[in-house]
Amino acid sequence: MRTRLCSLGWHLLLILLVMATIYPVLQIFSISLRPSNALYSTSLRIIPEDASFESYRVILFEKPFWIWMRNSLIVSFATAILGVTLASTSAYALSRFELRGKNPMLFGILTTQMFPATMLLLPLYLLMRNLGLVNTLLGVVLAYTATALPFCTWTMKGYYDTIPRSLEEAGLIDGLDELGAFWRITLPLAAPALVITFLFSFLAGYAEFIVARTLLVSKDLYTLPLGLESLASTFQTEWANYAAGSLLVAIPVVALFLLLSRYLVEGLTLGGVKG
Amino acid sequence: MSRRTVAWWFLLPSALVLGAVVAWPFVYNFWISLTDLGLYTIRDGAHFIGIQQYLRVFAEPDLYRYLLRTLVWTLLNVFFHVLIGVSIALILNRPLRGRSLYRALLILPWALPQYIAALSWRGMFNYEFGSINLLLAKLHFSPIPWLSTEVGAFAAALITNIWLGFPFMMVVALGGLQSIPREMYEAAEIDGAGAWWQLRKITLPLLRPVMMPAIVLGTIWTFNNLNVMWLVTNQGEPGDSSHILVTYVYKAAFNYYRYGYAAAFSVLIFLILLGLTWINYRQASRSTYGA
Repeated sequence: MRTRLCSLGWHLLLILLVMATIYPVLQIFSISLRPSNALYSTSLRIIPEDASFESYRVILFEKPFWIWMRNSLIVSFATAILGVTLASTSAYALSRFELRGKNPMLFGILTTQMFPATMLLLPLYLLMRNLGLVNTLLGVVLAYTATALPFCTWTMKGYYDTIPRSLEEAGLIDGLDELGAFWRITLPLAAPALVITFLFSFLAGYAEFIVARTLLVSKDLYTLPLGLESLASTFQTEWANYAAGSLLVAIPVVALFLLLSRYLVEGLTLGGVKG
Repeated sequence: MSRRTVAWWFLLPSALVLGAVVAWPFVYNFWISLTDLGLYTIRDGAHFIGIQQYLRVFAEPDLYRYLLRTLVWTLLNVFFHVLIGVSIALILNRPLRGRSLYRALLILPWALPQYIAALSWRGMFNYEFGSINLLLAKLHFSPIPWLSTEVGAFAAALITNIWLGFPFMMVVALGGLQSIPREMYEAAEIDGAGAWWQLRKITLPLLRPVMMPAIVLGTIWTFNNLNVMWLVTNQGEPGDSSHILVTYVYKAAFNYYRYGYAAAFSVLIFLILLGLTWINYRQASRSTYGA
């Protein structure tokens, strides 16, 4: 009896927490249903009385939403693939080999996370201009990969550290070479961390605004954040459209997160401060 | 291929990307910080002026205020991220029905793009129409002027960022809890140890090494978080009083085109953060492997 009462208490607490967590999202939903693009209303109702899906129709069919979506997906997938390739290899080297200067290297990777955005933006712009990469999707992909790489390398390294080295040694005895042992044995075992790395790099490209703002000029290269911002900053902010667009942007990533939440818990091993 | 060669080939691609896109701009930024680059000089080429920009940064009367605010901002955020994240993880680690559903829903803030979340919260903090004040009114509290006072704006950004950041710590903690062997608790129970003792003597000490790297990273991310403060306070309103270091520099660079000054300021921010992280990191290494 006591345990049942106890677990009821936990459920109540969790439900309260969940409500506080999803309320801001419901708020966006509520704004998106308001027909007159009104941001403000003194009602606390989630579904307004004159609710309509008009703004979703406008976003999907009258705004260049699908062009933004296409650009964002190209950028995010390219960043994710590049991020997984680079992080899985460099983290392997940092986890498995006795390299001189390994700890400074790990700390150096961490250091790159400490640069304030303002420090890299202008030089990055000038660099990309010299390489002819301003106003190209490749330019932003490179920038995002570099942003996501340090965290991904740390995650991958932490996970590799938990996989016993003896498995690879067995593979080497069975006639695999170093590359084969990595590819056939360690990499498949590191699947949860690979999923995290993929998700994290994907998100780095999907949700980023400031670098995109700096590097992309043409309207037909706009990614979703830039497109949404153009709704918010034109002559009069179209709040309902903005909110509807936000939800449509959020749905794919939220779905991805929910699908992968099991891997998140398994794969996020940041441990291994020391080599 | 020898083992060593394999290792270096594995490191090379990442090193190239990080070198080109991060290290090189870092060096270039340092050069800019020694020039008078700004709106008027960007066309004709900037001049080398030595450490003058740095002197200007240190002469900035608000520097220490912004620094203090940034430290408080970072400390409070990370504290609540860890507190809320670990507490929820502890609850979710019990055998409860529907816990994977709870977990999925509680991860939501992490999945939502930051700029969307920040703008939504800004709307909720509106004095007259924001749902937070409307809710307070329903409960017979007087409305709080969130966005029009220095303290209110800071609190608003803080609440937003706590909301955004706790799921990360929760997920890390959940992973850590799963890795604690069950036998330890069983042994403790045989010895008659209560729940509180188990939490203090088994769970928390074993969770610490897992949380430390996340805390180091979380500190860095929060210290440099431009988006949330910038968007929630609408570029430092009211009257540039709600800045933290990064939002102030961002404004100097991109609203006022003081590139040289902003570059020098950025270097200073980086050095402060590097110092902080170094202390943190040393402690993390020590706690992981026992002092």
